[in-house]
Amino acid sequence: MPKIKIPHKTPRIDMTPMVDLFSLLLTFFMLTATFRPNEPAPVDTPFSISEKKTPDANIMTITVANDGRVFFDVDNGHDTILHFRNKILKEMGTHYNIEFTPEELRKFEKGSSPFGVAIQDMKTYLNTDDPNERMAFEKGIPIDSLDNQFAYWVLYTRTVNPAVQTLVKGDAQTEYPAIKKVLDELQEKGVKQFNLITNLEKIEVTQENAE
Amino acid sequence: MAEIVQEDKQKGGKRRPKKHSTNIDMTPMVDLMCLLITFFMLTTAFSKPKIMQIVLPEKIKDREIVERPKIVEYRTVNVILGPDDKIFWYPGKLDPANPPVLQETDFSDTGLRAMLIERNRALFNKIADFNNKILTGEIKMPEDSVEVAVKALKKDDDTGPIVLIKPYKTSVYKNFVDIIDEMSIVGIGTYTFTDINWAEEQMVERALGETASTGNTDK
Repeated sequence: MPKIKIPHKTPRIDMTPMVDLFSLLLTFFMLTATFRPNEPAPVDTPFSISEKKTPDANIMTITVANDGRVFFDVDNGHDTILHFRNKILKEMGTHYNIEFTPEELRKFEKGSSPFGVAIQDMKTYLNTDDPNERMAFEKGIPIDSLDNQFAYWVLYTRTVNPAVQTLVKGDAQTEYPAIKKVLDELQEKGVKQFNLITNLEKIEVTQENAE
Repeated sequence: MAEIVQEDKQKGGKRRPKKHSTNIDMTPMVDLMCLLITFFMLTTAFSKPKIMQIVLPEKIKDREIVERPKIVEYRTVNVILGPDDKIFWYPGKLDPANPPVLQETDFSDTGLRAMLIERNRALFNKIADFNNKILTGEIKMPEDSVEVAVKALKKDDDTGPIVLIKPYKTSVYKNFVDIIDEMSIVGIGTYTFTDINWAEEQMVERALGETASTGNTDK
């Protein structure tokens, strides 16, 4: 019997549709990606049943780490032309007699992570690019009555952008007095509505399990 | 390597243009894309954190004389947030000469929640009824006005407890959020945060001391 030669074909899968799909997904994820800003201190937010979402723009975030350090962040939305961050730092500079160069102001505007730097250290903080070196300055914003820089940050943020909303992001294990200080200071400056950042936790309470 | 093979063939005689398959091997590309997709998927902060709104009253300036809000004594419940997720509570007004007994409870379903629901039965039922009617379609209204309607129900309430929340100095932020949560779960109309006073602080210290000592004797 003559041998039948079976044409030896390498099994090939047409990958084109797969590639198509992947490129689509990739584009989608790249465009929707909003990177998590790196945080100077780890913060585990507590759980709550609230389902409201955080607003996108016009927010100032006050982060309280579990060792009581206070961090501050102003987010003016990504595509604003109003330069809020820039103006706020300038105001702070004039209050504390520190002249910031346009270069420094621009650096501050670009930064999108919370900072806990005393205003006296701000110049050197902005001029160091290495994140590890920067960490040394993150001692928390002074909030005691001797040197209450936090109050001025809030004040100038609210004068520059009156529509700003206050978000408080506290670590679950922060002792209450640290939080109270921040809330008191905010109340002092006329903030009445607070948004506490929490994680969602589902609890169903119905008539049945209440009885 | 490919070149060597070609040279061999040329020696053989007829020169035939080699048939190149038009397929491009896409596997490396797919690999890379997989990697990138995974990266972007993991770095995207998809679920936005949620927020919980609280409204605190404006600070009373020192020299201003403001009439203290009147609180009906029998409706008040004082809730003291203690350390280690403990809660102490007592009803009514504090009489320093004859301090009430602090009752200890916790954040579980049968603890604080049961107690508050018991006291807040009328309003709780009203809100639950209302929510049921929304769910079954008996009352039709847009989503955002539901919240307003529930708020109005809470405002009109005049039988439920007024909860005064007093965080003890060693309580943590988590408890603070939990208690606000509890208030919204139970549907308490009126609650407020006040400073703990020294008499209550002492009561808490005594209660904590007692639990610590009984714990020791058990061992």
